[in-house]
Amino acid sequence: MAVLLLAEVVNGQLALDAVSKSVSAVASLGDVHVLVAGQGGDAAAAEAATLAGVSKVLFAGDHGFCHTLAEPVAALIVSLSGGYSHIAAAATSDAKNVLPRVAALLDVMILSDVTAVIDADTFERPIYAGNAIQTVKSSDSIKVFTIRTTSFEAAAGGNSAPVEALGTAAETGKSEWIEDKVAASDRPELTSAGIVVSGGRGVGSEESFALIEGLADKLGAAVGASRAAVDSGYAPNDWQVGQTGKVVAPQLYVAVGISGAIQHLAGMKDSKIIVAINKDEEAPIFQVADFGLVADLFDAVPELTSKL
Amino acid sequence: MKVLVPVKRVIDYNVKVRVKADGTGVDLANVKMSMNPFDEIAVEEAIRLKEAGKAEEIVVVSIGVKQAQETLRTALAMGADRAILVTAADDVHTDIEPLAVAKILAKVVEEEQPGLVLCGKQAIDNDMNATGQMLAALLGWSQATFASKVEIDGGAAVVTREVDGGLQTIKSALPAVISVDLRLNEPRYASLPNIMKAKKKPLDEKTAADYGVDVSPRLAIVKTSEPAVRQAGIKVGSVDELVSKLKEVGAI
Ligand SMILES: Cc1cc2nc3c(=O)[nH]c(=O)nc-3n(C[C@H](O)[C@H](O)[C@H](O)COP(=O)(O)OP(=O)(O)OC[C@H]3O[C@@H](n4cnc5c(N)ncnc54)[C@H](O)[C@@H]3O)c2cc1C
Ligand SMILES: Nc1ncnc2c1ncn2[C@@H]1O[C@H](COP(=O)(O)O)[C@@H](O)[C@H]1O
Repeated sequence: MAVLLLAEVVNGQLALDAVSKSVSAVASLGDVHVLVAGQGGDAAAAEAATLAGVSKVLFAGDHGFCHTLAEPVAALIVSLSGGYSHIAAAATSDAKNVLPRVAALLDVMILSDVTAVIDADTFERPIYAGNAIQTVKSSDSIKVFTIRTTSFEAAAGGNSAPVEALGTAAETGKSEWIEDKVAASDRPELTSAGIVVSGGRGVGSEESFALIEGLADKLGAAVGASRAAVDSGYAPNDWQVGQTGKVVAPQLYVAVGISGAIQHLAGMKDSKIIVAINKDEEAPIFQVADFGLVADLFDAVPELTSKL
Repeated sequence: MKVLVPVKRVIDYNVKVRVKADGTGVDLANVKMSMNPFDEIAVEEAIRLKEAGKAEEIVVVSIGVKQAQETLRTALAMGADRAILVTAADDVHTDIEPLAVAKILAKVVEEEQPGLVLCGKQAIDNDMNATGQMLAALLGWSQATFASKVEIDGGAAVVTREVDGGLQTIKSALPAVISVDLRLNEPRYASLPNIMKAKKKPLDEKTAADYGVDVSPRLAIVKTSEPAVRQAGIKVGSVDELVSKLKEVGAI
């Protein structure tokens, strides 16, 4: 059987890291057909066709699929579902919005944040903020799941799979897009960055967050934040790392002024090397840090930035 | 407009989770249980809609073991008007899957005819993030997930959503299902007089069978295991030492 993989597309661009890792996650399950939805996604569809392991790209270029609104995109996926044993996508906010809707329309369960594909029916996923790993076997006819891409390697390029155009979206009259507020940034994207520097409540203000950003820029890193930093308005919501934010697993994660609550650890504890800078030597973050520096961040961060 | 808020009883977010030695799941006997934090935010939002004159009645519903009654009483003490307890399991370790929960909720919606369902984005036990979307699908309703701002504007809800790239605003026709994110509001605490009053508010007791919904799981739990533990490393004495250690391991 084959796998239908919904591609993550951001402003008409393929989210290459997310999609290539998802392709390799599902490669053992059968032929992989990638679905690119949304007007202007031509280049994204063409790029998806270059990924090794993709046997076909389906491109639904109708305006109605733009912004990945759940109602039309779920209806599209359901209309295609006949030939598939698995329907999957990287666990992005778009996929988490759309795929549970697809699953319910198909009367099957959803599996969120799959970290390992054991066989066609059996999957691993974290529960309780990653404090337990559950292995589950699905009895559903079609398996619908989202993939935690940090657990998988990226598929290679060099392929040239055929691209097939699909029809138009049905008018659902349910939801309409109004606007996106997306801050443009030259920094690497958080979930795929090789280095992440995150700030927490200890940073103290939106202005002081410039210290975190300065260190990140020196390292060519993405910037993350704890929930407390986001709630306090020091950092935007899309920087939140954790159980209910983004999951990252960079080569180097630097946690500054972050205590290390389990909800935060859930989003970063698979990082290769963890550095913690915190003035409280008892902070739980030190229990997962490879290198801990007990210091006031207002001294340590400028010094570190200048010495790199 | 009537607002329906599904609230789940989950392990308290401060409790350290322990995987059972036999690998069958997580130990939930005698641990502190609370309302799912996202659901407190959903209840709070419903109360604010009522206070603003946009909602007339708030009905809360919980599906699970009979102890979920306590969670419903908390919601009533916060300010919900009525509660429905749907007993669907006897063992506190049985988690009803989002698909079955959504099917039961769809039946409750059929009976209650709310104009809006406000649920949490994610239950912090199964971390599934699915029930609201599934309910919207079963009802054929619009959905607005991960809400950080909700405005009811005539026959529609204008919802700002927390998405990977930042914020997205959509307009969803009512009736709709809205799932709430952390930044939507700060839930109030129930005052003592309100806790007393909540004891007298109506709480209907039903079972999954009353709604004709089969709650048997689609996902069989093969095993539950501990995640790999990360060993603590070393403390460094200075920024210089940190820099040299990072160079040593090739991290920078
Ligand atoms: C449902 C739910 C979901 C959640 N999801 C997430 C999530 O996805 N991500 C997340 O991060 N959290 C999440 N949380 C919140 C989590 O429980 C913690 O509250 C949060 O992570 C704390 O953030 P913090 O470490 O920045 O703040 P705090 O815990 O307040 O820690 C601040 C730290 O800064 C240190 N500090 C202060 N001043 C200085 C200084 N000058 N120099 C050096 N160090 C200093 C302090 O010693 C302290 O350790 C969630 C909570 C709930 C209930
Ligand atoms: N058993 C339940 N009883 C009541 N509400 C629930 C239940 N399970 C899930 N929900 C609702 O659905 C939301 C998302 O849960 P989930 O899809 O399990 O992550 C929760 O925040 C609740 O609002």
